[in-house]
Amino acid sequence: MTRSFTSAATLDDALSALSAGARPVAGGTDLVVGARQGKAPLPQAIVAIDRIGGLGAIETTDVGLRLGTLVTHRDIVASDEIRTRYTALADASAIVGSHATRAQGTIGGNVMNASPAMDTGGPLLCFGATAILRSSTGERSVGLEELWTGPGSTSARAEELLVAVAVPVPPAGTGSCYVRLEYRRQMEIAVVGASAVVAFDGDRVRDARVAITALTPTIRRVPAAESALVGTEATEDVVEAAAAAAAAASTPISDVRGSAGYRSAMAAVIARRAITAALTRARGGDVPIPASPALHGAS
Amino acid sequence: MKVAGTLRVNGTEYPVELDPHVSLLDAVRDEIGLTGSKEGCDDSECGACMMLLDGEPVNSCSYLALQAEGRAVTTVEGLAGDEEVGPLQRAFLQQAGVQCGFCTPGMLVSATALLRSNPDPTEEEIRIGLSGNLCRCTGYRGIVRAVRQAAAGEVPPLRTAPVHEDTTPPHHAG
Repeated sequence: MTRSFTSAATLDDALSALSAGARPVAGGTDLVVGARQGKAPLPQAIVAIDRIGGLGAIETTDVGLRLGTLVTHRDIVASDEIRTRYTALADASAIVGSHATRAQGTIGGNVMNASPAMDTGGPLLCFGATAILRSSTGERSVGLEELWTGPGSTSARAEELLVAVAVPVPPAGTGSCYVRLEYRRQMEIAVVGASAVVAFDGDRVRDARVAITALTPTIRRVPAAESALVGTEATEDVVEAAAAAAAAASTPISDVRGSAGYRSAMAAVIARRAITAALTRARGGDVPIPASPALHGAS
Repeated sequence: MKVAGTLRVNGTEYPVELDPHVSLLDAVRDEIGLTGSKEGCDDSECGACMMLLDGEPVNSCSYLALQAEGRAVTTVEGLAGDEEVGPLQRAFLQQAGVQCGFCTPGMLVSATALLRSNPDPTEEEIRIGLSGNLCRCTGYRGIVRAVRQAAAGEVPPLRTAPVHEDTTPPHHAG
């Protein structure tokens, strides 16, 4: 098979190309880099989707947020709506790669790359996001927990294109945060990451979502950590217990960036920082975006 | 199979025939012949290949050349416009922001992108803005000083040596 490249002008063009066996590229920050690193060769047939109109918008509606698949990390960080109501997502996009990665890298590529270490995954999972997958035969909506089936693998079919990520509106007064353990500020991948999304009812936590990143084969929520928080006043002891539950759910690997033992030990620390910062934000306190560097050196 | 296309680099259109897997960096260096942009890591880590794509920074080693068709590509050669060197480049020379020079083209492109989005960055913002660019000489302090100087708009012209026929060796400032 000879190599081919087409640039799709319309969504239908892209879907036809996918049906014929082509693979999509948008910003190239995962696909091309992965090929350079020997992870997977570049596809023989490539369809560029970055010129398709209408896929790069951040839309806010009564039911929530709709991120077009071509929305870049830079777009996310610049969105007041996201910074205000989906703060953890802004925390995450603000620390992806470098300024070049954030200018070119898209939310669609990030989600479909399905890395267990991706920064935006935990926040999206905690906010209850769904992937809108389109093929020439129709469209379906898949929760991210069903989309991600393993490191680098998804339940999407080859002919399906992620066209948008839909995120429901969080309740008023929700606070959220994403924190990662990092060895440097930029061009870094999470060694360990944690996300928390909490909402109060008076002094008590009404709803809590906690997810762990780079600690399991896919990013996942930790129900035991969430139930430890709900109904409580989220005192330090409670937060500690929730963080311990997040660490207990971890089954990390050892690799060049950290041993399994180190990751497990740090899971509780990072989860505690994420939960504490989300609680602070839910109580109206200020934690800068991105939270990660701001919380380095915190207890 | 090669695909025919046109790349617009620094305002000039270049017809090219490219393998679909060729990177923007390789196309610009090897097909077009503009060798200012460097290949350091070929892995989006070091930033030596940094270019602007419609004004936005891109690691050109990891961007497919054919995807850049119809977009405005800017390399270090295009930063100064008609000038030999622009104020940012003069500041790099005057602040000793250049050691071996390999990272310099990428640094200049990233700094240009930074100053366009944030014309008066703090030192911390400069360091974050350039953190996708590695200097193996570790000459970051001069680089940061240079960006500060360019942002402040206080970059005097380069001192030029008197020129005597063709016998004068090439001029090096700084």
